[in-house]
Amino acid sequence: MLRFNWLNATTLTLGFVFLYLPILLLIIYSFNESRLVTVWAGFSTKWYGSVFQNEDFINAAWVTVRVGVISATIATVLGTMAALMLSRAGPFLGRTLFSGMIYAPMVMPEVITGLSLLLLFVSMDFTRGFWTVTIAHITFSMCYAAVVVSARLVSFEKSYEEAAQDLGCTKFSAFMQVTLPIIAPSVAAGWLLAFTLSLDDLVIASFASGPGATTLPMKIYSQVRIGVSPEINALSTILVAVVSIGVITASLAMKRAEVKRKREEQLAFAG
Amino acid sequence: MAVTQPADLVETEEVSTQAQEGIGQKVLIAVPYVWLLVFFLAPFFIVFKMSLSDIAISIPPYTPTFDLSEGWDGLVALWNALDLENYVWLTEDDLYWKSYVSSLKVASISTLLALLIGYPIAYSMAKAPSEWRSTLVMLIILPFWTSFLIRVYAWVGILKKEGFLNYALMWLGVIDEPLTILNTNTAVYIGIVYSYLPFMVLPLYAVLEKMDGALLEAANDLGCSPIKTFWIITIPLSLPGIIAGCFLVFIPAVGEFVIPDLLGGSNTLMIGKTLWTEFFSNRDWPVASAVAVILLLLLIIPIVLFQKQQEKQMKEDG
Repeated sequence: MLRFNWLNATTLTLGFVFLYLPILLLIIYSFNESRLVTVWAGFSTKWYGSVFQNEDFINAAWVTVRVGVISATIATVLGTMAALMLSRAGPFLGRTLFSGMIYAPMVMPEVITGLSLLLLFVSMDFTRGFWTVTIAHITFSMCYAAVVVSARLVSFEKSYEEAAQDLGCTKFSAFMQVTLPIIAPSVAAGWLLAFTLSLDDLVIASFASGPGATTLPMKIYSQVRIGVSPEINALSTILVAVVSIGVITASLAMKRAEVKRKREEQLAFAG
Repeated sequence: MAVTQPADLVETEEVSTQAQEGIGQKVLIAVPYVWLLVFFLAPFFIVFKMSLSDIAISIPPYTPTFDLSEGWDGLVALWNALDLENYVWLTEDDLYWKSYVSSLKVASISTLLALLIGYPIAYSMAKAPSEWRSTLVMLIILPFWTSFLIRVYAWVGILKKEGFLNYALMWLGVIDEPLTILNTNTAVYIGIVYSYLPFMVLPLYAVLEKMDGALLEAANDLGCSPIKTFWIITIPLSLPGIIAGCFLVFIPAVGEFVIPDLLGGSNTLMIGKTLWTEFFSNRDWPVASAVAVILLLLLIIPIVLFQKQQEKQMKEDG
């Protein structure tokens, strides 16, 4: 179809209003002068000032970013390894169990994952804190990373790697020189997904964390339970902005890389 | 899962001749495998053991504790101290089974609502001009990337008594008195539909976009009205997407904690919230574990059904 018909256009407009209006209202009212959240009293950025002066928020943000970067990086490495196994390694002992363990954490209720990890940490006498949250985040986000990377791995021909091996590459160097550059965009996407999942997580972190390792969602949650506050609106706006800019930039960069790669492939074929 | 494919077998033989790379492959398999065994599978057995233990006023707050230093006698003592008491308790106090039933009810109604709202959106996306489609998909996915907690919190300001929705409705003259929506089950439905809508729309869009337009034209040429064509062609052909979308909304909704906690009221019973309260407020780890075991058993059926359906779908596509 070349043009929108009016019915479809109306449906889509209503759908996107439903999806975006709540966030939009939250952003607009973060600039509200008044403490009363629904009464507009003029433009002000004072709540942003008070967010940046709140030491609890800054500390929690710092914990969250460190947990996010470390867990996303390890999860991406483990997830890529798992994806390679699922799509490239032949049959091995317990393959069904393994693929089950990759898919299960994605549908498992967070309260169960959180509780079970906590009980593991207690029974192993781990002191709960920064590292236990990081381990918990690695565990569930590696599965998402694995799925993202393996979607790319199954969509391209194994013959590229085989050709490299026929030309004298070892398996490892075939992976580094052929496979990795091809799957690089999805590895990056996997990292980004793992990072945002870690940034968002409240339930699992609440179980796995201990004193001294309060993440930003835990801090926001404890404030939100009391009620709506303009300070939380400002903090949420900052988070939404950071994540949206990150995701949009990354997806544009990936699109550009994809176009470039396709053009190079065509040139290679033509030459 | 399909396991033995000839190509895979050939590859494993190659590996065995290249001993060094064989070790590499073993490491590749072992590291993520062991990680998941230790941090995903093993904890479930600990939860199960915990669900058979008793609450205690000590640190950690349960008994018996596992102590390897006592050897075989310790194991026997441990075994003897475990019992099904907590499960009996779950059947005796009606809070628990009411929570389970109410979770299933809330999740079912929300899933149905998400389908009714998601289907027209996915349909319109599939019918949109092709150069628009990737942007529309991006717009559906983007909210999924922004924090779940923040998106749920945004609704508190909309639904509360002096919130935006009541303000707008009163300004329009639809109502005279503000409605009580926040802290009711209605708010929970809205929250679940809002948060999980992308999970419904994306699988629906995937099947609707692939659908052959010639079939619709043929039905039209043979005298079907557009509404009849929709019922006898579009709906049956999009059934795999409907099933996938419903599972993807239903399964996480059953165990949801944040939405009933922030938007629901004191009479909104959901099992995720009950588990949380049992653990954090009552500090009854054994009962919380028993609640988790039963929740897992409840969800295993839809999860397995979902995986079977996905595999069938993959075979048909491939």
